[in-house]
Amino acid sequence: MSGRVLVGVKRVIDYAVKIRVKPDNSGVVTDGVKHSMNPFCEIAVEEAVKLKEKKLVKEVVAVSCGPQQVQETIRTALAMGADRGIHVEVSGKDYESLGPLQVSKIMAALAKKEEAQLLILGKQAIDDDCNQTGQMTAALLDWPQGTFASEVTVEGEKLKVVREIDGGLETIKINLPAVLTADLRLNTPRYATLPNIMKAKKKKITQVKPSDLGVDLTSRLQVLRVDEPPQRQAGVKVETVDDLVSKLRECGRI
Amino acid sequence: MLLRKVSRSPALCGAILRIPPVLSRGQLQARAVVAGHNSRLYAGQAAQAVLDKPAAVGVESSKVEKKTTAQESKSFAVNIFKGQLTTPQVFPYPSALNEEQEQFLRELVGPVCKFFEEVNDAAKNDALEKVEDHTMEGLKEMGAFGLQVPSDLGGLGLSNTQYARLVEIVGSHDLGVGITLGAHQSIGFKGILLFGNPAQKEKYLPKLATGEHIAAFCLTEPASGSDAASIKTTAVQSPCGKYFTLNGSKIWISNGGLAEIFTVFAKTPMKDPSTGEVQDKISAFVVERSFGGVTHGPPEKKMGIKASNTAEVYFDNVRVPAECLLGEVGGGFKIAMNILNNGRFGMAAALSGTMKGVISQAVDHAANRVQFGHKIHTYGAIQEKIARMTMLQYVTESMAYMISGNMDSGATDFQIEAAISKIFASEAAWTVTDECIQVMGGMGFMKDPGVERVMRDLRIFRIFEGTNDILRLFVALNGFQNAGNQLKGLQKALKNPLGNAVLLAGELSKRAKRKAGLSTGLTLQGTVHPELSQSGDLTVKVIEQFGTVVEELLVKHGRKIIDEQFVLKRVADCAIDIYAMVVVLSRASRSLSQGQATAHHEKMLCETWCIEAHDRVMNDIKLLQSSDSRRIFKNLQAISAATVENGGVVAPHPLGF
Repeated sequence: MSGRVLVGVKRVIDYAVKIRVKPDNSGVVTDGVKHSMNPFCEIAVEEAVKLKEKKLVKEVVAVSCGPQQVQETIRTALAMGADRGIHVEVSGKDYESLGPLQVSKIMAALAKKEEAQLLILGKQAIDDDCNQTGQMTAALLDWPQGTFASEVTVEGEKLKVVREIDGGLETIKINLPAVLTADLRLNTPRYATLPNIMKAKKKKITQVKPSDLGVDLTSRLQVLRVDEPPQRQAGVKVETVDDLVSKLRECGRI
Repeated sequence: MLLRKVSRSPALCGAILRIPPVLSRGQLQARAVVAGHNSRLYAGQAAQAVLDKPAAVGVESSKVEKKTTAQESKSFAVNIFKGQLTTPQVFPYPSALNEEQEQFLRELVGPVCKFFEEVNDAAKNDALEKVEDHTMEGLKEMGAFGLQVPSDLGGLGLSNTQYARLVEIVGSHDLGVGITLGAHQSIGFKGILLFGNPAQKEKYLPKLATGEHIAAFCLTEPASGSDAASIKTTAVQSPCGKYFTLNGSKIWISNGGLAEIFTVFAKTPMKDPSTGEVQDKISAFVVERSFGGVTHGPPEKKMGIKASNTAEVYFDNVRVPAECLLGEVGGGFKIAMNILNNGRFGMAAALSGTMKGVISQAVDHAANRVQFGHKIHTYGAIQEKIARMTMLQYVTESMAYMISGNMDSGATDFQIEAAISKIFASEAAWTVTDECIQVMGGMGFMKDPGVERVMRDLRIFRIFEGTNDILRLFVALNGFQNAGNQLKGLQKALKNPLGNAVLLAGELSKRAKRKAGLSTGLTLQGTVHPELSQSGDLTVKVIEQFGTVVEELLVKHGRKIIDEQFVLKRVADCAIDIYAMVVVLSRASRSLSQGQATAHHEKMLCETWCIEAHDRVMNDIKLLQSSDSRRIFKNLQAISAATVENGGVVAPHPLGF
């Protein structure tokens, strides 16, 4: 394998930020909130950059869909070692309803346009937790998929992927071109160092519109309501084990 | 003792006042006496005699002097000593970053934060008394050692404001690492950056920027601390002129045990071209460890900033090539002062980060700890602490970015402001951290939460890079000098009262009004946001009164004001408070004008600060104008003298034994 890798990088609310729901329950507050690259996407970028450093691929291209600000996320990927970026401009209403199906259509179209040999995505994003984009993209492209990857080895024109599944690990071998989604243990992403951030300023980010790619962003999903998780109710302290047992009986737990 | 010594040390006073100390003490007194005899006409004349400059002005200072008198200073702090309000540097609050710089900085902040949250372990560094190896390597890869080195020489080429934003992050996590980085780039090689010739920059900066070479700043000696001009290290030029031989020892050198490159200050004998007399003058050199003869002592055991290396450095017949001279022979003192002066804002920025960090810890505790059935943050005793901590942080942060912004927009006259920011930041951070521990109670005293480490780390900030005591003298004397120049101009006008009638009438009525407590027409209306007009008025009022007292003191003490350290300290305190008032006024005004969500909160910070600062300044002024002050200062002097004489406290034990 010696081709091009496309990596999806999503801009999400930083994992350390306490999420607040908008008063009208239409979504969560994003204005003035710290954003950063989805952690699973960081792992995806790291894996792609490692492949490049091992000279197994010739180019790493970071892709992000969204408004102008997603360029910051692309810049982070560039600082980590990606060669160039593609900013797919999506804003306003389209951005609000942008989901896995729309993004996978974009990724599939870009994979063809860029003649990519490999697509690496995070297994899911920490904002909507959908865990669908990789699978959908593979389906749209009719490419094999290696999801929840915790180890990836290139073996000629094939990939050996160790997957994290319920109850253990599964090792599969798939043909290229393929779609991979990164799980937590695949690698430890590097830090974007300041000199590399500076050098990344010179790397190119191309802007494209979904319409240029022939992608229709219509969404069939409608968000009815967004709510905070229920507050934990205060408990009661009991004096003895007998009290505990009778309380539990009272509320029908035993 | 230290302070007195400094006031009499001609070199430092010269530097502080920029008036060459050509006159002996006896002559000074004679002059003052003469002034006393002639003081009938107008007070200004006495001041004239006081600050009259001797004819034989030293070579180096005459240049600086001409520059400062030729153009009116735009510095706010300089002008308050004349009772004037000069706003260009303080209003509007500077925004020194262009779009590209801001964008770049935004990208840098994340990774630096992440590094300090995830890789650096401040407690471990403190326990090990060194920065962990992998952290040090990480910092080098990170580019943290070359933040302000131009990008074509391998650094990041950051502006002062960008630099401030990043060191703020360092300061909030680990001051020990902060010192390692600061001793390297804020002072260690700053001399090369500011005064190096192109060849020196190209030779040294690339390796310094990557951290391959660590730098250290070598000024302090066993017998020369605050009195920097008294150093004994010598650099004697070879007869062929190709090299200098360096001999001497330096103490308490940060990074002394790690550094490859040293900025060293040493005395060089120089012949005065006019008199032929040989005098020792300080010169600055870039010294490589590889020159040979450079050794260092073991790492010092310290109270705080243990992670940073501090060691003695010895120079034993080190052969320093003439190409390694920084600037001119004899120009070293100016270089040293400039390096320190240029780095002070960084300390304010770092410490505003430190305060932010400990405030979060205090708040976290106060919001969760329940006593007497309520969260402790609901009690007034805790609320006052948290509010005051927040105000101190707000002021410090406002100063740091005001000064970095001024520097980035090309201001050169910021030394008073820079000194104020160092004094204020180091004292504010100490108070805030102390109060954080108090809010946390017993928990704060334990090692685990890490606040005790911050407290230990902070202590040195009031001492190094110019003790706060010396810097207070610096602030006051610098101000007095400028105020003196103005009086001198006035005195000239008096020689031709008819020709200068308008000017004199104006000045006379200004003084009459001030004396009557009336406004002299200075105003911040229209400059500050209308919602802050009251705070603006208070600020104007203290500036007017401050100008008056400065003039009175000049008239009263004459040139001997240099020795009036009890007075100088209080004058400096006033200047610090007034500068603090104006920076928060400016910042809060900006937030109000921009309609920031936090504008109302900032308005309260500003209002509260201004009311209290106004009262403090007025109290100081009242004291300085009253006869009580003379008595208090005399008493303090006598108490100290007796205690020193007795080798400790004088009063007998209440039990008699």
